[in-house]
Amino acid sequence: MALLKTLPKAHARPGRPAPELIFGELWEYDPAPESADPKLKPRYELFINGEFVAPKSGKYFDSINPANEQKLAEIALAGAADVDAACQAAQRAFDQVWSRLPGRERAKYLFRIARLLQDRAREFAVAETMDGGKPIRESRDFDVPMAAAHFFYHAGWADKLDYVAPGRRVAPLGVVAQVIPWNFPLLMLAWKIAPALAMGNCVVLKPAETTSITALKLAEIFQDAGLPPGVVNFVAGAGETGAALVNHPIPAKVAFTGSTVVGKLIMRSLAGSDKKMTMELGGKAANIVFDDAPIDQAVEGIINGIFFNQGHVCCAGSRLLVHEPVAATVLAKLKNRIKVLRVGDPLDKNTDIGAINSKEQLGKITELVASGVKEGAEMFQPACKLPAKGWYFRPTVFSKVTMSHRIAREEIFGPVLSVLTFRTVDEAVEKANNTAYGLSAGVWTDKGSRILKMSTELKAGVVWANTYNKFDPTSPFGGYKESGFGREGGRQGLLDYCRLI
Amino acid sequence: MPRLPITKTPKVYVGGAFLRSESSRVYPVKDAAGNFFANIPQCTRKDLRNAVEAAAKAGPGWAKRTAYNRGQIIYRLGEMLEARAGELAAAIRLGGASKAAAAKEVAATVDRLIYYAGWADKYEQVLGNVNPVAAPYFNFTVTEPMGIVGVIAPDEAPLLALLTLLAPALTSGNTVVALASTTQPYPAIVLGEMLATSDLPGGVVNLLTGFRKELVPTFATHTHLRAIAAVANADERKALAVGAADSVKRTHFIKAEEKHGWFADPAQSLYAIRDFLEFKTTWHPIGA
Repeated sequence: MALLKTLPKAHARPGRPAPELIFGELWEYDPAPESADPKLKPRYELFINGEFVAPKSGKYFDSINPANEQKLAEIALAGAADVDAACQAAQRAFDQVWSRLPGRERAKYLFRIARLLQDRAREFAVAETMDGGKPIRESRDFDVPMAAAHFFYHAGWADKLDYVAPGRRVAPLGVVAQVIPWNFPLLMLAWKIAPALAMGNCVVLKPAETTSITALKLAEIFQDAGLPPGVVNFVAGAGETGAALVNHPIPAKVAFTGSTVVGKLIMRSLAGSDKKMTMELGGKAANIVFDDAPIDQAVEGIINGIFFNQGHVCCAGSRLLVHEPVAATVLAKLKNRIKVLRVGDPLDKNTDIGAINSKEQLGKITELVASGVKEGAEMFQPACKLPAKGWYFRPTVFSKVTMSHRIAREEIFGPVLSVLTFRTVDEAVEKANNTAYGLSAGVWTDKGSRILKMSTELKAGVVWANTYNKFDPTSPFGGYKESGFGREGGRQGLLDYCRLI
Repeated sequence: MPRLPITKTPKVYVGGAFLRSESSRVYPVKDAAGNFFANIPQCTRKDLRNAVEAAAKAGPGWAKRTAYNRGQIIYRLGEMLEARAGELAAAIRLGGASKAAAAKEVAATVDRLIYYAGWADKYEQVLGNVNPVAAPYFNFTVTEPMGIVGVIAPDEAPLLALLTLLAPALTSGNTVVALASTTQPYPAIVLGEMLATSDLPGGVVNLLTGFRKELVPTFATHTHLRAIAAVANADERKALAVGAADSVKRTHFIKAEEKHGWFADPAQSLYAIRDFLEFKTTWHPIGA
């Protein structure tokens, strides 16, 4: 110990810059593309009543690979008539089959789906990456295995529902309408469908218009698993399709994940109806680093918190609150770390940051980043090369951000971090909670009692202490305040898919 | 010569004080025989906003009380009601209830408070849990109060329904701003006097009287009210839900047009407490 203490801390000396990793400049990585076949079809139809059917409108739209702007497939566009057919099919399946099955039989279907998805995991991971732009490392190691895990976890609940609500019995709601976003297409789908089915509901789900492919591929697995027709139905399309679905008279519940703006629209349009709702909306999470935190680990956590999935994460740690005594050190280390992040081809196994999901989203990010510069924050971007085709955005860190800046208040949903500082615990809490959102937060400190205090004070549904962006089917996820209501995952999530009797 | 009795000027209980409406407006209520009984404060939007402010001030302190302490305070409130059961029954009888019916409502109300007093240090153990995540993390889910809950009470069972709506929110550390029955506000006025002599800190429960039409729109849109528990008709439910969307407020409605069993056991529930809770999940690595 004594020896350790006497070692010179060169980088800590004032006036001397922290040592930099420079291999990013010296070494060219060879491309390491994932080559598994995603088995894409040129055209995907709607999945209604257990069959792939052409849309009544006859209309199709293109699904574009954001990494190179090439068309991947065309997707059937569901109109009001298709949505109606899907809802009718779901109601029939609920009345005639699914609600009559004993829980242990429902469980077996869900177990089968989990297993069949695991069988085809690599194929799905490649499809997910091509359709959405996320790095293959993430779709392969996170999205797809986690989606399978959700089916596996919830499968086991289907015959144990008496334990979900102590003192009461539970009954399914009927048909559930679900609308999901484009950031975790397959995983969000699994989060939504697995608990709904375990509880005995039937589902009509609308994937996001830019990322419908893995949902419709999963429909193939539903067929292979022998899932009774109509238990799950997929209607693809944009906002109009979603509006037709949530306002359709059949669904007893609407489960929505997406932006707070659209969540509020849905709440207004369902006002006066008896439909149940859960809303998983936006976030502007604070990731709070105290001076006693393990700084190198914290820097990795900050990177993971904001650059995971290009920052297209509702719980992204987009506001870094750093304790003033370590602010300069953290910022310097952060900039060094960002310089070696690899931005580019999402299918490359070395890629850290893939493609921005759509041109529209790239525009939103660009606009908000410009506002950050205009409002006086200091921008840092590494000088990495971006591919010539496709939609990409450099990892971006803003320092000298104040609470009133738009980049500190609005959800950017991109690889953009806003750095603010604080002096006291109370100031950290005040700044962290000073937002209409309340989805998640991060705390980095070596002090156990401080972690528990922060966790108690932070108005957020998920608090990551000395870690960030961790998920599990057993762990409830969802927000406070304008980040929505209801939980997904765990016992708490199941309760949002039933009525108590 | 008979002594002329001193009548009471009804005041609402807000922020731990007895107030009249900032507008000085009142409306008359009559007794069961149709004789003038008293003038009741006709609270305004401004009164509602002031009450929300009082509830906001009291909120953090109330939420930080230990569960044991909250349980004891709610039990103490039950003691206060029991001790002044006659006065409460008389207040209920103004609306025409029989002596037996009024006594039954008071008794049911006290029992309901005792039911929730007992839950205060137990619901967490039933609703929260540790989650066995598939990675080396300690992961646990606990509950927290939502904040300020707006309560809109019906005319039926004016004391019991009011307490049935607010007690579960109170139990878990929420603060409450409640609008009492318009036609039978007097039990809520008397209840305020009992809240003041219980150990409940001022501002934790705030009771308003007045007209639903004037106050429902503000209940709907006030962003600091994080949840609404209301007995409401179809129009009111729609107005409350539309307003609630602006701040993603949680709403729990009981339909005014349907008969509700206020006296029955299902009217009290662990899941009524759950309706006004947020779930918070904390992750921490397990390691040296």
